[in-house]
Amino acid sequence: MAQYLILIYESEEAYLGATPEVRQDISAAHTRFAEQIPTLGATMLGGNALQPTATATSVRVDIVTDGPFVETKEALGGYYLIEATDLDQALAVAKLCPARFGGVEVRPIWDLAAG
Amino acid sequence: MNNQFDDASRAVADAHEREWAFVLAATVRVAGDIDLAEECVQDAYVAALDAWRRNGVPHNPAAWLTTTARNRALDTHRRNAVLRRKLPQLVDPTEDAAPDVVRIEDNIDSIDSIEDDRLRLVFTCCHPAIGREAQVALTLRLICGLSTAEIAQAFLVPEPTMAARVTRAKKKISAARIPYRVPESAELPDRLDAVLTVVHLLFTTGHTSPAGAQLVRSDLVMRATSLARMLHALMPDEREVGGLLGLILLTDARRDTRVEFDGRLLLLEEQDRSRWNRELISEGSALVVQALSGGVAGRFAVQAAIAAVHAEAPSYVETDWSQLLGLYDTLLGIWPSPVVALNRCVALLMVHGPATALAQVDQLDASGRLAGYRYLPATRADLLRRLDRFADAATAYRQAIALADNEAERDFLLRRLAEVSQ
Repeated sequence: MAQYLILIYESEEAYLGATPEVRQDISAAHTRFAEQIPTLGATMLGGNALQPTATATSVRVDIVTDGPFVETKEALGGYYLIEATDLDQALAVAKLCPARFGGVEVRPIWDLAAG
Repeated sequence: MNNQFDDASRAVADAHEREWAFVLAATVRVAGDIDLAEECVQDAYVAALDAWRRNGVPHNPAAWLTTTARNRALDTHRRNAVLRRKLPQLVDPTEDAAPDVVRIEDNIDSIDSIEDDRLRLVFTCCHPAIGREAQVALTLRLICGLSTAEIAQAFLVPEPTMAARVTRAKKKISAARIPYRVPESAELPDRLDAVLTVVHLLFTTGHTSPAGAQLVRSDLVMRATSLARMLHALMPDEREVGGLLGLILLTDARRDTRVEFDGRLLLLEEQDRSRWNRELISEGSALVVQALSGGVAGRFAVQAAIAAVHAEAPSYVETDWSQLLGLYDTLLGIWPSPVVALNRCVALLMVHGPATALAQVDQLDASGRLAGYRYLPATRADLLRRLDRFADAATAYRQAIALADNEAERDFLLRRLAEVSQ
């Protein structure tokens, strides 16, 4: 088994501008997603939604600046940590991950103990 | 003695060309890692040269090489049990418990006992998580056994660039755990399409080299043909595989007639059809029939059918252009590519005349979907020339010349430009 981080990148503008109904819909979709993961043979180890990039603070060496590290049209808005047998299984999970205002990126966790 | 020496060298070279993929694919299973497997296979070929010179060429060189390479992989694992535990495992060890070292003499004639893993290797090289350029490079490296220098030369890129591309892709396979397996039937059509696209890309790159003095790169054409043959042998029931092989054979059948002795490019209508390779045409046509029967045909099967109509026509004028137009309509339906739409315009020209065809080409031009594609202004120029609009044709030829990198193609366009400029 290996671990993968599913990073959710979405347009913050679209996300923050969504109606309460749409928000509720999104929330329900994430609940459903969490239920679907085990049916694919994978395991969810954790996950969180992040506050918008307007709340981000970046630190480089000892200089503190207001804002995200990189300004992008679609910003990191949440993540899931999953365990899967291989990339194909991780991608199958990623395909189900809700991200209607953007998409997701799948990154294998670097198992430093394994070199 | 000298004879045995030569025989051995020849047998090793031959086994390299024919058996590389089989030996490597079978070794990955034991090595659990492509890099280690590659190293062991390389060592096995070096060992073969020495052993076969001394003891003669074994009855089954592939089995000998596989056993030797696998034993090296097992040795490496045993020598470094700690490292073994640390390595990211490409193949789950429970799936195929590593056997003890196999004695070569036990295994030497029993190639059947070694599972043919070439398809697994092919699907790993062409996994959608790997970029197209890297898929092509990996396929040449791992399936065809080409060196990085050879691949770099084939694609006219600097060797360090190609080396970095191959290394990055191999690293991704291991770090992201791209599985070493043949996809399940549900995902097979998409995954197979990626494999066929890579092989077709290799073929077209060889058939009309995008740059340089040579029109045809026969080394790439040969590699693509043998890859398609291998895939067809391994997946005889996949109709698109037969379609691709048919397409390649039917297109390659015209190879010798595409350029004049002086390197001048000859159009389909100028080619000496008596010099087309009849053997390839009949083999290709038989494959087309198979690929088209039973259910909706795929894009390679229909492209092969188009090539077959051309190949079987007694002359350019006597070609069944309305059948071709119908095939292009079918092709556009399953594969709405602007390049296909442009090629369809040639059939349109032959069936409905240059004005109808030009209207279609102009529409394609206006859509902007073929911006920078060298064959669009070339086709436009030809249609304008047929309509006697020589000044417009000259402008279009100049646009086409600006985009043409292949010298044979450039020369052809320059000659046409001179004709319409008179």
